[in-house]
Formats: sequence, structure tokens, C-alpha cells
Amino acid sequence: MTQPVEYGGLNQIVKKAAEYGRTQGEGVRDQIVSHIYGEAEKLAATVVTCSNERTDWDRKIDNIITSRFFGYPLMLALLGAVFWVTISGANVPSEMLANLLFGIEDWLSSLFIGAGAPGWLHGVVVLGTYRGLAWVVSVMLPPMAIFFPIFTLLEDLGYLPRVAFNLDHAFKRVGAHGKQALTMSMGFGCNAAGVIAARIIDSPRERLIAILTNNFVPCNGRFPALIAISIIFVAGGVFSAYGTLAASAMVVAMILVGISVTLAVSWLLSKTLLKGEPSSFTLELPPYRKPQIIPVIVRSLFDRTAFVLARAVAVAAPAGALTWIFANIYIGDLSIIGHVAGWLEPFGRAIGLDGIIILAFILGLPANEIVVPIMIMGYLSAGSMLEFDSLLAFRELLLSQNWTLLTALNFMLFSLLHFPCGTTLLTIHKETGSLKWTVLAAVIPTIIAILVCFSITQGVRLFNLL
Amino acid sequence: MGLTYQSSGKGALREDYLSCNVKGDYVIALAGNPNTGKSTVFNALTGLKQHTGNWPGKTVVQALGNYKHGQKQITLVDLPGTYSLLANSPEEQVARDFICFAEPDATVVVVDATCLERNLNLVLQVLEITSRSIVCLNLMDEARRKKISIDVPALANKLGVPVIPTAARNGEGLTLLKDTINLVAAGTIELNPRRLVYDAKLEAAILELAGELEPLLPPQINRRWIALRLIDGDYTVIDGISKFLEKKLIKEDFAS
Repeated sequence: MTQPVEYGGLNQIVKKAAEYGRTQGEGVRDQIVSHIYGEAEKLAATVVTCSNERTDWDRKIDNIITSRFFGYPLMLALLGAVFWVTISGANVPSEMLANLLFGIEDWLSSLFIGAGAPGWLHGVVVLGTYRGLAWVVSVMLPPMAIFFPIFTLLEDLGYLPRVAFNLDHAFKRVGAHGKQALTMSMGFGCNAAGVIAARIIDSPRERLIAILTNNFVPCNGRFPALIAISIIFVAGGVFSAYGTLAASAMVVAMILVGISVTLAVSWLLSKTLLKGEPSSFTLELPPYRKPQIIPVIVRSLFDRTAFVLARAVAVAAPAGALTWIFANIYIGDLSIIGHVAGWLEPFGRAIGLDGIIILAFILGLPANEIVVPIMIMGYLSAGSMLEFDSLLAFRELLLSQNWTLLTALNFMLFSLLHFPCGTTLLTIHKETGSLKWTVLAAVIPTIIAILVCFSITQGVRLFNLL
Repeated sequence: MGLTYQSSGKGALREDYLSCNVKGDYVIALAGNPNTGKSTVFNALTGLKQHTGNWPGKTVVQALGNYKHGQKQITLVDLPGTYSLLANSPEEQVARDFICFAEPDATVVVVDATCLERNLNLVLQVLEITSRSIVCLNLMDEARRKKISIDVPALANKLGVPVIPTAARNGEGLTLLKDTINLVAAGTIELNPRRLVYDAKLEAAILELAGELEPLLPPQINRRWIALRLIDGDYTVIDGISKFLEKKLIKEDFAS
């Protein structure tokens, strides 16, 4: 056996080096760095010739895009445009996919019944698992397939660093890191991805702030719900150019609320639990480049869309089966879902929601995209997730359950502000390695969501506003 | 007498730095500043044959890709985009350790032709570690558009390593790049990289420590560079050395 490794005098050498470094004070690093930079400068000067007549378009564009006056409005307009394209473009393929997938369901059903399978098996596999999957795929895939490539194109074009540049000031003011603007942008795709993206922030304090506040921007799992509800209650349930526009505006408004809460909570954290000064960083504004359209689309479809979808499917399958079982086991004259919802009802009412909605959010912990299907299932008590092929039918259902504009608003706010999904929480645990921060990451948003919904509801009821 | 390092094979540590097993003739590292089109070069060379994972023990993404050129199977390792190799961040440490200890058969440094000066900092630092380097002068199309011209032969001459002008987006220069990679990896091209020479006092200290490191480290590990890092007080490099020596000791142990 080898002795405890001493590496033949390595320690001695290290000690000696340290001694030399100490005699030089802080000077060695500076000496080395300035020498390298000096050499690079000399070298470049001898081989590069630059003709002066070039016009600096990049800088001219940057002066507008990152200007005090146009920066924010341009960002909002662009965001709105992206959602408008996503919302209006997603409807048709979504419907086609739904038709296809639910056609397969009918075929599966007849297969099960034809084979003489017991009713419960057909229920769990087809009405629970498969239907849950079909719902997730048909609702999520089209918006993702449109949203991700557009987002990646903006990234490729060089616009996202400018967004970070614009928001840097705001984040710094609240004691967070400017790069949090970028991790927040990632959160629009998927909060788990946003949490992982927080690795770009070197300071542990600011990284934690970015991780804890990431779920205040709606991820792809929540966009469909936000979009559907805002179409129904804001645009009056009609698919028209006007309706799409109003719905996009509502979604943008929700995002603004999310960003404001992100900033507010970051500020609160950096004044309490995570005290400290914001560290500075150099943000390079890369030159604008013509995006490579085809590779971008291919990459974003493979890397992002397929990844997020696969995750959603993996979570939705067991959740669908479980929900079906809970909705179909009766205790007395009520299903388990019915019992629990009844128990949650008073709390739900106090914050402007109801028991079923609260239950849907809790059961939707594995993946936010199944919140709406679970809610519908609960309302129908039919024991299986319904596909709302027509949004009008969905509207009727919600109205019959006493939904008002207030309920819709609270639903959207709660969806925006509540605890992150299971995957995100697992990711937070993996990234922080701490149970404490993982629990806080769930508790802080939940408290905020409850407080916001409660205040709005009580305020509205008190003054009879809506 | 146990196995000497040489008989334990080249790149003894390679597998410790890679997120999956690689087979093939050459392992090539791809370094570069952020926003130099490094990923474009990576994608253009490897197509869809890619594997992503984490750098072992680090929360930094590692991408590996494969391609075949001139009868050789090549594994390309995409190092994180960094401005320097002074180990200010986990990314820089990962990139540096790989170039130094995993002994890639060649290291390609992708540089942005439109801002050469800033990019040369990294090139000089890479050349300090390894002589088997190639400079990929990317974004030449953009440089032309901005009317920046670069004397490529002079640059290659000054750096002492091949400089290949490319525009990876259009595939320009990529075949030449692949040819050059094979030649450098095979050791066919004579390389004479420019080394930085510091002031006399620092040089003396480097020389002394490098001499003391000599019995510990094999010739292909750059002792001069490690001595410099230690003087700089950069102890992250010790992890790499210890890992390396541990491996060597284990091999010697097996042999005796």
C-alpha cells in the first residue's frame, strides 16, 4: 500500500511559491495580467488594419434599444408581439393535435372494451393516464414549438443581452445581480431551467435571490392556463383579432406583475435574509448578427421543446392516473376529490377562489400544466379529464361554477405567484444543496400568492367594485 | 521500479474530465471567448452527433461531439466560453484544467476577428499551457463587412501556431481547419508557440520552481506554467496536480 500521499515534496514547492508571491505583495497577479494584455495589444496592432469609413450601425441601434426612453416600451412591445404570434399561431395546430390525440383515445377505448378489460383498468389507463397526456401534449406543444424558436432567434440576434442591460439597473437597485434579468428570461421557458441558469451568477448571495424569485415569471406550463383564462374573461371568449390582442395584453400585464413581484421580493430578501451589496459585472453587448434560422429552429425544437415536453409527459402520466383514481373512489356519496375540495372551500373562498381550484393547484404540484385539467375534472365530477375543444364550453362550465372576473383575476395571480412545481423544487434542492432554501422557495411565493389574492378579494368585496 | 508515466499512456486523466467515455483517434479541445461563434464552429464540425453532460464535480455544462475527417475519428470537447484562464470562475478553471491535465491532442482557440486584441489575451494564455494549438480566426465575414483586415500569415508567424481564417456560419474555412487539426494532432506540423517572457525576477522564480516540479510531473505537463500559477497564489491548480499524481501513484502501485 502507498503511504498517505505526499506527492514527493509538492507541499514544499507550494509553500515556496506562496512565499515568493507574498514578497511581491498584490503585485504578481497585476504584473502577469498587464503583461498578457500588453502583449496582446502589441500583437494586434501589428496585424490588424482597420479602415475608418465604417459606420457603426450596432452602436446606433444600441443607443435606441437601450435608451432611457425607448428601452422599456420597446421591450414590452416586443414581448407583446411574441405572445400575440404565439397565441394566434398556437390555436390551429393545438386543435388539430387535440383532434388527432382524442381520436386515438376513442380507438384505445374501443380496444380496451373489445378486449373485455375491466372498467377500472380502462379508467386508469385511458381516461386517466392517456387523456392527461393528450391534454398536456396538445395544449403545450404548439405554443412551445412557436415560442421557443422565436425566443432563441431573439437570443441569436443579440437582443437578450440588451434586455439584461436594460433591466440591470432595476435589479441592482433592489440589491440583486444584473444577470438575474437573464435567468428570469429563462424562467419564461421553464422555471427549472431558469434555476439552473442562475449558475451564471457567481456570488452565492445573488444566486440564491435569483433562484428563490425565479418562479414569479410564468413558465410554459402556466402560459396556456393564463392565456385560456384571459381569452375567456378578458376577450369575452371570442377568437378574433381583437380578442387575441386583448388576451395578449392581459398576459403581458400578468408578466409585468410577475416582474414587479420579482423585484420586490429580491429587495426584501437582500434587506433581510440575504443581506449584502450587489456585485458588479461586465456585460458585453455582442454585435448584432443575422440569426441562423434553420439551426436555431432545429436546436430549439430538439433541446428545449422536446426536453420540456418529455418532462411534462413524464409527470403528467402518473398524475393523470392518480387524479382519475381520486375522482372515482367514493366515500359516502362524494369522491375523495369532492371531500377534500369541500374541506378547502372556506379557505378558497377567502382568497377569491374555491376548494376545487386550491385542490387543483395542490395536485398540480408535479407539473403546472395539469392544474386546469384537474380543475375541470373536479367541477364535472365526471371522473375524467375533459378536453375543452371549444373554449366556449369551458367558459360555460366556469360560469356555472360561479366564476366571475374576480375569480379569473385571482386564478391568474395565484397561478403566477404560487409555489414552484415539483421539478423546479427538486432542481432548487439540487442547485442549493439545502433543504432550508428549498422549503423557503416554496413557502415565500405561497404566502405572497395568498396575501395578494386575499387583499384583492377582500378589497373588492368591501367596496363592491366588481 | 514501477511504471513510468510514459508507459501509462497519454492523457491518463482524460476520462476523469469527460462526462462520458470516448473512443476515437484524437481528442480536441475547443476554447474561445464568449460570442466568438465557438458554438457555431462546434455545431458545424460535429453536426448532431453531440452529447451534453456536466463537467465532473462542477455545475458547468460540458458538450462533446464527434466527427470523422481523413480516416480519423475525432472527439471535440467544447470548453466553456471564457475571457481568460486565470481561474476566476469555475468555467475558467474547467477550461484550464482540461487543456493542461487532460492533454488534448490539439486545442483550437476560436477568436473573433472583429475584436482580435481582446481575444488574443486568451490565445496567449492557451499558448502558455500547450503548444499543440490552432487559432481559428472566426467571423471573417463580419470582419470583412466592417472593413477590418488581418494579416493572417504575420499573425501565424508571430504566434508560432497555425491560424485558420473561417466564417463558420457559411462553412468557410472549415475543411482547412479540420485538415490542420489532424496535422497538429498527429504532430506533423512544427509548432513554435510564442511564450510570454516576464521580468527577470519573476522569470528567475518561475525557473527555480519549475526545476523543482520536474521530478514530479512528466514533460508534457507544462511545469513552467504550473510554477507561474503557484506563484500567482492560484491554488485551484493544485487539485489538478494532486489528481494527476494520485493516478500516477496508483499505476506504479499496480506495477510493483
